[in-house]
Amino acid sequence: MRTPKAGRPDSTPSPETAGNSAPSRRDFLKTSAVAGGGLVIAFTVPGAKRLAMAGIVPTGAFEPNAFLRIGTDDTVTVLLAHSEMGQGIWTSLPMLIAEELECDWSKIRVEHAPAAPEYAHTAYGLQATGGSTTTWSEFDRYRQAGATARAMLVQAAAERFGVTPSSCRAENGAVVADERRATFGELAEAAAALEAPESVPFKDPKDWTVIGTPRMRLDTPEKTTGRAKFGMDVQFEGLLTAVVANSPTFGGSVRSFDATDALAVPGVRHVVQVPSGIAVVADHFWAATEGRKALKIEWEPGRAASVDTDALRAEYLELAATPGVTADEAGDVAGALAGAATTIGGEFSVPYLAHATMEPLNCTVRIGSDGCEIWTGTQFQTPDQGAAAAILGLAPEQVKLHTTFLGGGFGRRANPASDFVSQAVHVAKAAGAPVKTVLTREDDTRAGYYRPAFVHSARLGLDADGRPVAWDHVAVGQSILAGTFFEAMLPENGIDPSSVEGLTDSPYLAEFPNRRVGVHTPDPGVPVLWWRSVGHTHTAFAVESLIDEAAHAAGRDPFEYRRQMLANHPRHLGALELAAEKADWGSPLPAGQARGIAVHESFGSFVAHVAEVSVEDGRIRVNRVVSAVDCGIAVNPMTIDAQLKGAITFGLSATLHSSLSMKEGRVQESNFHDYQVLRLSGMPAVETHIVPSTDPPGGIGEPGTPPIAPAVANAVFALTGRRLRDLPLAL
Amino acid sequence: MRLMVNGVAHDVDAPADMPLLWVLRDLLGMTGTKYGCGMGLCGACTVHIDGEPRRSCSTNVSVAEGTQITTIEGLSDDASHPVQQAWAELDVVQCGYCQSGQIMAAAALVASDANPDDAAIEEAMTGLICRCGTYDAIRAAVKRAAELGGR
Repeated sequence: MRTPKAGRPDSTPSPETAGNSAPSRRDFLKTSAVAGGGLVIAFTVPGAKRLAMAGIVPTGAFEPNAFLRIGTDDTVTVLLAHSEMGQGIWTSLPMLIAEELECDWSKIRVEHAPAAPEYAHTAYGLQATGGSTTTWSEFDRYRQAGATARAMLVQAAAERFGVTPSSCRAENGAVVADERRATFGELAEAAAALEAPESVPFKDPKDWTVIGTPRMRLDTPEKTTGRAKFGMDVQFEGLLTAVVANSPTFGGSVRSFDATDALAVPGVRHVVQVPSGIAVVADHFWAATEGRKALKIEWEPGRAASVDTDALRAEYLELAATPGVTADEAGDVAGALAGAATTIGGEFSVPYLAHATMEPLNCTVRIGSDGCEIWTGTQFQTPDQGAAAAILGLAPEQVKLHTTFLGGGFGRRANPASDFVSQAVHVAKAAGAPVKTVLTREDDTRAGYYRPAFVHSARLGLDADGRPVAWDHVAVGQSILAGTFFEAMLPENGIDPSSVEGLTDSPYLAEFPNRRVGVHTPDPGVPVLWWRSVGHTHTAFAVESLIDEAAHAAGRDPFEYRRQMLANHPRHLGALELAAEKADWGSPLPAGQARGIAVHESFGSFVAHVAEVSVEDGRIRVNRVVSAVDCGIAVNPMTIDAQLKGAITFGLSATLHSSLSMKEGRVQESNFHDYQVLRLSGMPAVETHIVPSTDPPGGIGEPGTPPIAPAVANAVFALTGRRLRDLPLAL
Repeated sequence: MRLMVNGVAHDVDAPADMPLLWVLRDLLGMTGTKYGCGMGLCGACTVHIDGEPRRSCSTNVSVAEGTQITTIEGLSDDASHPVQQAWAELDVVQCGYCQSGQIMAAAALVASDANPDDAAIEEAMTGLICRCGTYDAIRAAVKRAAELGGR
């Protein structure tokens, strides 16, 4: 997901808010006793109402809530303000608390927090998970929760022992002073009665014993036994299941329908019209899908009813030959290009992509007399809660939203349009019953909210010594923010930051004294959304392919050429050099194999990949990837390893397999036979390395994705001499 | 009809062509087995039928009548199956949604092959999709599970 951060030319969130300063604001922290005994720590977030103007942040009195609950049974329950969708925050956020709390790690329990204003994102101002922001945006808040709780437990122990707090210390879930010892659970009730301290200093990073150490995932037990509850697994007495017949083209609507045959299918209870189509509500999923097959519907075509992706690509290529709106400009690009000794470049294209989370989208809704309950795997609690409230005429706080585990997110479950939640609310409302509305895999693939298709056209001019002279670049593709409640965040020139992130802020671009980046923002009516690493998915492909091409044109080694270009960018350089070193860049490979390299900054982190490829039966095979990241302070090295591998895997699907096409407005692909993704047989051996760093944490969920496509394409060039500029790559 | 699931008999009232997956999930309330594609393309719904890995989303319940069905819930009482142990040791899971199927497919593999090589792992596991990118860890964990004793 992109960061809606007003006033910044790029969309990359800055980790500048992370640091080691201690909390000092008295009103920042409040504590209260919780029913059943125990200590609750909650924070408000001053000044985090950035989106209040858009009317989506609930306002109102501060409601005490908790990031942390210490039970009288010694359990430490950590409440996640963010959603666990595989990225490992179920473990890394508790680590931040544990570092300061000095608790017994085995006593940690984890829950998703409810949807409530006090869990608003510290940078976004609404409860959401995305933009690879969780670690840096919570680095202070969760440590503060732990530090303050520890101070209060120490105070309670000191009073019990009749000693000064300074003679007590917290360790492994207890407070000790000489021979005296009391567990956190024993101290919880007394601690809850205390005033919160004015200021609690954080530990010196040199004393950290949790941050930076590898910690196994805390959600493994439920996820290896089938006990983990995803949205799809929500069940209760009286719950019905629905599937919806949606318009076969985007923007279409129901002209008429006949439910007679559908209602005759055993198990079908209701057939109801909702804004998005016709819902078949049944006792179970199978009956609902059988009922839907028997529906007869006439559709009114919408504005995207004639979209054809082949024609769209041709249209984008034509647009790319014209200047567009200027996003960045310096010098005289036309003159410098005309005078360049060598000119390289061409047209790049990437298709629409579905997120294809393994758990198809779904949402369960139960409407009561005075409110509504929702169970779903969402990345966007506040907007979803607001959307449900608006549909039902309720206040947001009357919508109780339970976040389940997410069976993958990748941005799809952070939709400003709240599509799958709104639809489910409409279905439950129309059916007059609690309903779980499920998208089948086919529905999920064809529901829109895709990574937008893009075309980039670029020409780079070099002088006789291969040095950069001119860069002329035009990008063409849809805006993600336009038409959403984030639209107010668009800059005056109307250029969506996600169309140029990774391009206009590229350190390479700045090396070209004459440059221009132009942007066209067509709107063919296909719903688009952020897809793991967003605009970087295509800008990094274009930029890192172009730099590779420039290196070859200059007769230079691609790694050495980058080193020179990035000489003033130490974090790029650190990742690049570590990946090259670990991959033994320059050493011979067996015949029929070649290496490619790419480095890219996104979401506050710097990732370099070296990909080793071969060609088998005319198909590109990636055999090995060596990856290095500088993500600042590495909170959990195991999470970082897993996220790099995940981001590479996700990116390899886009690099080699996945593409959505439309003809006469209809999405042609439907399931995993025609919307192909990487499988185990195509998975390279992946080696990850972390650049040691004391910089504030950056993101890790997304930054590994952007450089994999160009690393592979650059390896294919090294192997075959063919410069492939279209994703997915095909020889 | 009567189904034997994890050693327990269940009488279910289901159409003969209802997929076993939805009988397990929606009629018996056993939600550990997952829906991913409904066409046998992703493997999230993998269960054992008489010890063999089967895609329950595209297996009619009538086919399963008279067989021994094992689901993730029945693999062990306490996550002690060698595959579950290996998965924990190697920290395999991410979002976890596909892992029931992955674990059931791996359990069938190590039960039939005490020392699966890369080719055997690829053959048994490449029909299962993971979007989070746990393939690398799965390869290693299958080998570890075999070391731990298959079963």
